Amino acid sequence: MSQVTMTVNGKEMSGDAEGRTLLSQFLRETLNLTGTHVGCDTSQCGACVVHVNGQAVKSCTMLAMEADGAEVETIEGQAAPDGTLNTIQQAFQDHHGLQCGFCTPGMVMSAAALLKENPKPSEAEIRDYLEGNICRCTGYHNIVKAIMAASGQDVSAIAAE
Amino acid sequence: MPKDHGIGASPKRREDVRFLTGTGNYTDDINVNGQAYVHFLRSDVAHGKINGIGTDVAAAMPGVVRIFTGADFEGVGGIPCGWQVTDRHGNPMQEPAHPVLAQGKVRHVGDPIAAVVADTYEQARDAAEAIELDIEELPAVVDMKAALAEGATKVHDDLENNLCYDWGFVEENKDAVDQAIKDAAHVTTLELVNNRLIANPMEPRVAIGDYNRATDDSTLYTTSQNPHVIRLLMGAFVLGIPEHKLRVIAPDVGGGFGTKIFHYAEEAFCTFAAKAINRPVKWTASRSEAFMSDAHGRDHVTKIELALDKDNNFTAVRTETYANMGAYLSTFAPSVPTWLHGTLMAGNYRTPVIYVNVKAVFTNTVPVDAYRGAGRPEATFQLERVIDKAARELGVDPIALRRQNFITEFPYATPVAVEYDTGDYHGTMDALEKIADLSGFEARRKESEAKGKLRGLGVNCYIEACGIAPSNLVGQLGARAGLYESATVRVNATGGLVVMTGSHSHGQGHETSFPQVIAEMIGIDESMVEIVHGDTANTPMGMGTYGSRSLAVGGSAMVRATEKIINKAKKIAAHLMEAAEADIELKDGQFSVAGTDKSVAWGDVTLAAYVPHNYPLEDIEPGLEETAFYDPANFTYPSGAYCCEVEVDPETGKVTIERFSAADDFGNIVNPMIVDGQVHGGIGQGIGQALLEGCVYDEDGQLLSASYMDYAMPRADDVPFYNVDHSSQTPCTHNPLGVKGCGEAGAIGSPPSVVNAVIDALQSGGHDVTHIDMPVSPSRVWAAMQG
Repeated sequence: MSQVTMTVNGKEMSGDAEGRTLLSQFLRETLNLTGTHVGCDTSQCGACVVHVNGQAVKSCTMLAMEADGAEVETIEGQAAPDGTLNTIQQAFQDHHGLQCGFCTPGMVMSAAALLKENPKPSEAEIRDYLEGNICRCTGYHNIVKAIMAASGQDVSAIAAE
Repeated sequence: MPKDHGIGASPKRREDVRFLTGTGNYTDDINVNGQAYVHFLRSDVAHGKINGIGTDVAAAMPGVVRIFTGADFEGVGGIPCGWQVTDRHGNPMQEPAHPVLAQGKVRHVGDPIAAVVADTYEQARDAAEAIELDIEELPAVVDMKAALAEGATKVHDDLENNLCYDWGFVEENKDAVDQAIKDAAHVTTLELVNNRLIANPMEPRVAIGDYNRATDDSTLYTTSQNPHVIRLLMGAFVLGIPEHKLRVIAPDVGGGFGTKIFHYAEEAFCTFAAKAINRPVKWTASRSEAFMSDAHGRDHVTKIELALDKDNNFTAVRTETYANMGAYLSTFAPSVPTWLHGTLMAGNYRTPVIYVNVKAVFTNTVPVDAYRGAGRPEATFQLERVIDKAARELGVDPIALRRQNFITEFPYATPVAVEYDTGDYHGTMDALEKIADLSGFEARRKESEAKGKLRGLGVNCYIEACGIAPSNLVGQLGARAGLYESATVRVNATGGLVVMTGSHSHGQGHETSFPQVIAEMIGIDESMVEIVHGDTANTPMGMGTYGSRSLAVGGSAMVRATEKIINKAKKIAAHLMEAAEADIELKDGQFSVAGTDKSVAWGDVTLAAYVPHNYPLEDIEPGLEETAFYDPANFTYPSGAYCCEVEVDPETGKVTIERFSAADDFGNIVNPMIVDGQVHGGIGQGIGQALLEGCVYDEDGQLLSASYMDYAMPRADDVPFYNVDHSSQTPCTHNPLGVKGCGEAGAIGSPPSVVNAVIDALQSGGHDVTHIDMPVSPSRVWAAMQG
């Protein structure tokens, strides 16, 4: 066991980790930030996406120790301190971009990373970018629509909510 | 103007805020003080005799609390099956034992052999690797027809053979169907596979058992669609715990799609072990474990024949299906290929006689049970594919052939024992033709051809039986449960309401849609209504959520309870206004006396119920809380028409979905936004089945598709935006809301149109291809094109 320290959502946090402890596990079990979800064990589903030093990463593919000293952003840090949803979160609610909610933290974090590098992505660019995030509930329709809306694009012509 | 309130409005989902901010409460987010962790050692062979399980080394490893094997469960009940099917000859199905941990034999890859409980998950897993297993591998049966061959290896030594049942429906119609097929002007025959699928809700299953020695109370936290059903099955049949000493909590659940209906061994294990070691025990499935322990879906091999007269009227349907049960009978497995499949074989059509034969087969594979649609997608796929094939053989338009044979008068009693109450199949087809822009197809085909692609259009209809189900009917059919639903409506003194429902929400948005119904009935704001679900300690006995039943059955129970509330509130209002009860009207949250300007507000009445100073105590009790159990009079019958347009790349065989349109009739709709979302999700899963997903076993029973790197889940770039339309509405006649249910429609209705479209594309390119089994992968399409 070694002590690992990182800045999570702007706050310095520390805890013990084994060499094999994954970042996802460290966030959930040691720091009790259970908003980051684990949906698979082969780095495919994307439910565990967080930002490490500004980059979107699947936190199940990174050891906690590798994130020692890093700046980590998770779903818990996305809304304003008073609880107001950020633009992407609000768009997901406005456009029914989630159902069971399990893939949602990863979707929101991936969407944030996408919009940072491509502020007005096309439908095809969004679908391509989300290749690493699996949703089983929505058929992706409203997720893609929500991300388009969050980027300020007019989605009124897209069929149905 | 769309409504902003009550039934028909689309308020934003209140559950979203916690899911969007990472503050949901899923089972794996729960940690019970002092919990130990269990890791299951699972069989890596499909069939084998257990000669020994050496645990001495493992038991001495750091952190290990105790190692359990099948021997610890002698005298404990097995995992029960909730439905008994009677075969063609009047005999009950063959029903094998299903131990919590393997006893003597393992019967599928993933069958749990031993359970290591340790202080940490890693310690449990490390110790499991040190268990010395002596397993003698036996030949496995994987293919269903081979499993039924004379002399085949038996999955269960104590059963006669691998045939669970040979079911005929309607047996009395068999000769008439044979005759009609002999007499037919044309018979179209199609042999097909309905591919085996793995439901894959994104949240893997989790169970936490907790036991309080001081009170002898057990608690199970579990990822379930129906906590009361788990409490009943596990308490009564496995562990012998009465309901009042067993609490089952299913908190936020990350999707179900059927696979979280069933009672699983891991739930019973954690509850049992918590008592045995007097410490909470937690299990979280890895995705790899989910692939080999969650019940799978579909897996039918079918031959269907459609007979037509000289005018192209359907005269008979005959089907023969082999349905895979896997190695054990999961909770509702026997009902899926029988009562949820055979009863739907009339589809939307007037076919006078139908005969359905189903042989359910044991194999050395994971148990198979209900997956979104459960039996109805299998019925729809074969019927809608054979109709399409018939249209091509006869040279008639597939839509015209369907329209010609539509049922148009309701109620309609089918030859497969169900009565459709309402429907308008021409109406949904009209809606489809509009949104799918069928008239523009030829131009779109030309554009595709200019790019070197083949374009195809496929259409299908569907009917489903939802709102499951009348208890007296399912009892006759072999269900070992009632299928009512319950609700308790508690009105607080200041006028707010809490609805405790037996339904469970795991993505369907009940916390938003159920209050809309109450708001409409009373005329108050939805924010005054709270929904409580998922905990047997604070909700009435309910049957949970599956079979598109939550609103049609659970919502109806809530309406009945609310009607009782309103009736009592009117008595109180009459007393307060010194008027006759019969003259009291409730509108917009105000009770008034008809023909006068006298009124009292909802909140005045509720306050009087709890502060009964001026109150008719001689006539009615104080308080305002009512419970109702609603048992439906019939199934509900949603229906629809779907259209898919594909492009096929002739160089590679790759199929892309270019357009997808769905016109459904769900009766009345409470929240259009949620209904659209349910359809989108169902279509996504249906496209997944049609193009991508397939569970694959090799001949030794090894599961080859056991991760997301091997099992192709639909991704965002595999699907388009969908056009959905719900304007065709024929309300259900027998439930108070007139609703039919929408949860499964998309998954039922979409696979046939995808495959029909691929066949259309290939034929447009001059390829004589009449069928390709799902998933219609590039390699299969390419091979078919090569002839």
